[in-house]
Amino acid sequence: MTNLTINGQPHAVSVPEDTPLLWALRDELGLTGTKFGCGAGLCGACTIHLDGVAVRSCITPISAAVGKQVTTIENAEQDKLGAALQVAWVEAGVPQCGYCQGGQIMSAMALLKRIPKPTDGDIDEAMSGNLCRCGTYTRIRAAIKSVASAQGAKA
Amino acid sequence: MSNIILNHSDTTPANPSRRRAMKAVAGITGFLIAVTQSGQLFAQSATPAKEAKKYGGDGMPGGLVDNPLVFLSIAADGIVSVVCHRSEMGQGVRTSFPMVVADELEADLKHVRVVQAQADEVRFGNQNTDGSRSLRHSMDPLRRVGAAARMMLEAAAAAEWKVPVKEVQARNHELIHIPTGRKIGFGQVAVAAMAMPVPLRETLTLKNPSQFRYIGKGNVKNIDGMDIVRGRAQYGTDIRMEGMLYAVIARPPVVGGKVRTFDDANALKVPGVLRVIELKGSPPPIGFNPLGGIAVLASNTWAAIKGREALTIEWDDGPNASYDSVEYRKTLEDIARKPAKAVRDEGKTMAVLAASKKTVSAEYYLPHLAHATMEPPVATARIVNGRCEVWTSVQAPQATVDIVAKHLGIEPKQVTVHVTLLGGGFGRKSKPDFAAEAALLSKAMDGKPVKVQWTREDDLHNDYFHTVAVEHFESSVDAKGMPTAWLHRSAAPTIGSTFVDGAKGLNVGEMGHTAINIPFKIPNIRIETPEAAAHTRIGWFRSVYNIPHAFGVQSFVAELAAAAKRDPKDYLLDLIGPARRIDPTSMGDTSNYGESPERYPIDTGRMRRVVDMAARGAGWGRVLPKGHGLGIATAYSFMSYTAAVIEVAVDDKGNIRIVDVDMAIDCGPQVNTERIRSQVEGAVIMGLTLAMHGEISFKTGRVVQSNFHDHVLMRQNEAPRKIRVHLAPSDYKVAPGGVGEPGLPPVAPALCNAIFAATGKRIRQLPIANQLAPV
Repeated sequence: MTNLTINGQPHAVSVPEDTPLLWALRDELGLTGTKFGCGAGLCGACTIHLDGVAVRSCITPISAAVGKQVTTIENAEQDKLGAALQVAWVEAGVPQCGYCQGGQIMSAMALLKRIPKPTDGDIDEAMSGNLCRCGTYTRIRAAIKSVASAQGAKA
Repeated sequence: MSNIILNHSDTTPANPSRRRAMKAVAGITGFLIAVTQSGQLFAQSATPAKEAKKYGGDGMPGGLVDNPLVFLSIAADGIVSVVCHRSEMGQGVRTSFPMVVADELEADLKHVRVVQAQADEVRFGNQNTDGSRSLRHSMDPLRRVGAAARMMLEAAAAAEWKVPVKEVQARNHELIHIPTGRKIGFGQVAVAAMAMPVPLRETLTLKNPSQFRYIGKGNVKNIDGMDIVRGRAQYGTDIRMEGMLYAVIARPPVVGGKVRTFDDANALKVPGVLRVIELKGSPPPIGFNPLGGIAVLASNTWAAIKGREALTIEWDDGPNASYDSVEYRKTLEDIARKPAKAVRDEGKTMAVLAASKKTVSAEYYLPHLAHATMEPPVATARIVNGRCEVWTSVQAPQATVDIVAKHLGIEPKQVTVHVTLLGGGFGRKSKPDFAAEAALLSKAMDGKPVKVQWTREDDLHNDYFHTVAVEHFESSVDAKGMPTAWLHRSAAPTIGSTFVDGAKGLNVGEMGHTAINIPFKIPNIRIETPEAAAHTRIGWFRSVYNIPHAFGVQSFVAELAAAAKRDPKDYLLDLIGPARRIDPTSMGDTSNYGESPERYPIDTGRMRRVVDMAARGAGWGRVLPKGHGLGIATAYSFMSYTAAVIEVAVDDKGNIRIVDVDMAIDCGPQVNTERIRSQVEGAVIMGLTLAMHGEISFKTGRVVQSNFHDHVLMRQNEAPRKIRVHLAPSDYKVAPGGVGEPGLPPVAPALCNAIFAATGKRIRQLPIANQLAPV
């Protein structure tokens, strides 16, 4: 039995400790917003936060999440920045199929927490681990910038 | 079907024997759709000759249905539910369909919900979501659905008020009695309205386009947007059921191979693994049949994956064991250099070429591609009392019913298919082999729900791959450098080989993808189709044979322009020639994407216009920084006209940066302009990806690539910062064209033409990869 804190709530899962967090979230706990895309940390569809840092849950064993705060896309709207990104995503018409977008938003959220006004280079660095086969990259960049400038205006 | 629509039963095809005939040959239906991009050839072969040839949606299996009682309902609280019978894979159909209905209905979209249809082509008409057909075929029927329901509401309100119906008008979710200004909400007369007779098609009054409130206005957000960004949207992979088992399958690595022996002792020791089941493969033709293999069923996906890793399997690789991409390229080049069957032959091309003083020739190679949808194939099935229910993300709901029924040995009516959102489709999910796998495993587990999850490695190893191709061109040119003869040989395996074992040579539908139907003013034209055998599963990939053909044609035109020392854009326009409408059948294109040649001629005026729009958007002719180049290409596909201008920067190490992209599209009438733009932007990224990196290669019958480390997709850091999409203004006088696919074909040639402009190096094989690196 492994005890985890997910979206602020305690959870216990009874799967081997080397089970990737992705599958514990999806199959054991029913949190299916975190997506499987590659199983090798190459596509970013499974991005979650571990103590606020964006990580790929498909290559993060549950043992590595013990004692840490796990945040998934289902909880992003509880965070001001997360909620702002979600609205900006819809306003900019970012999602096409939408499958990768939860992971994209989790990466963008971690970026803006670290760097409130990212340069294009910062966006490249933070977002290039997230693949989008529909090709929504220009809109992702625009949505991140719109949230960054709105947040800047508020500060 | 009759024009008189009274109730649901009228949506059943008038001739039930035809429906049965369709079922009987369901296995080849897909093939015929494949080769004709419509059911028209099917209709020709399976129905009596006396039946008139049907085009467009009417020619598809199931045809078109426009009964409002099938497609919408209005509740007492005024909520309008619109049924979406096509699959949503990012093209926005679940938003665009309600927009069309709501506009004609005078509904307020705020009070409109979308309901995803189950597979049922008798009830809903054709549901295939491919060929860029959804709005092309359904726009008019959906307008009629909305208009008919609006008239029923008006009639109900008139009855309520006891006034003549001509005094009542629907306006923004209300009915208004014009003389008195009395109003009543949709919900208040909904029950009475739904019981009104459905008006005859010829009595419907459709809006004048100037009255549209949603169609073409660009004012509607994605209906699923908030669910998607909050992680609540449900894809095929998100299905969870009580008692569900999770399965992954070790499939034969070589198409046509099978299991010789296997040992599951270690797999069964993996915690969470419950069962190991052998699935038999299927005899040819490949179709949508499962590949067979060894399935591992477990209490979660990870346990199933670990269990599969612990299997020991010895494969019998079968007849394709020696498939090798390097060797196969030589085979294609060999046949591309010899005379072959002509599918279009005007003038005396071979004689003119032989006698010419100056000829230009070139050959282009494009490897196999994988769809690599972000959501790999996945399906869940359960069987209760002999009835199978499937939840899956598919583009072909009816084909899913048929393949599941076939493999379970039950009737199609005993199969229900629920269509979820698709995490990408691009043609992969038109082939529901994975749904049959889930059904077979559920059957083996006494009907328990089983989810079959493909991993990324499965997806790349066992895709229905986009064709590999060698495109061979020869032209003789006159004193001004314009071609006097044009020879094009397209050497590639046919998708027909997936449906008819051993099929060779591209058929007219495939050649109608920018080969047989080039609208150029050249006196001698010969288009040939050498025969190449397929050694893997070949399948539709977004824009299909337009990819190799448009790459070849538009690269070769730029090569001719360079040989003539002319501006590539001016040369391209001269080759297209003056604005005119060409009957595709006059070029030997009897397929024309299944559309009527009268309704859909090739309009060179529209092609010229998109070329001009893209060029103007990019500032064609401006002075560029050192190392930069502009490239241009155009294509006609799926009844729409597109042109791309790409600016690249190439540094002295051969690194390519895509600076900007300008894309023009003329798709005729526009419904959801915002989604048209996003589809074209996405097509640009997909086109750039395949040009820069796209390659699936085979060695000893097996795919070499396995995941995103060696199968590279374009990422944020490599993507252009700007993609400007220019929509050609359109009225409703031309018939609607497709949107999902047409953006793709001009991208790769425009990129390579830009690289030529920047560096003088001509790219003749894809992917570009590191071809520009200094030697």
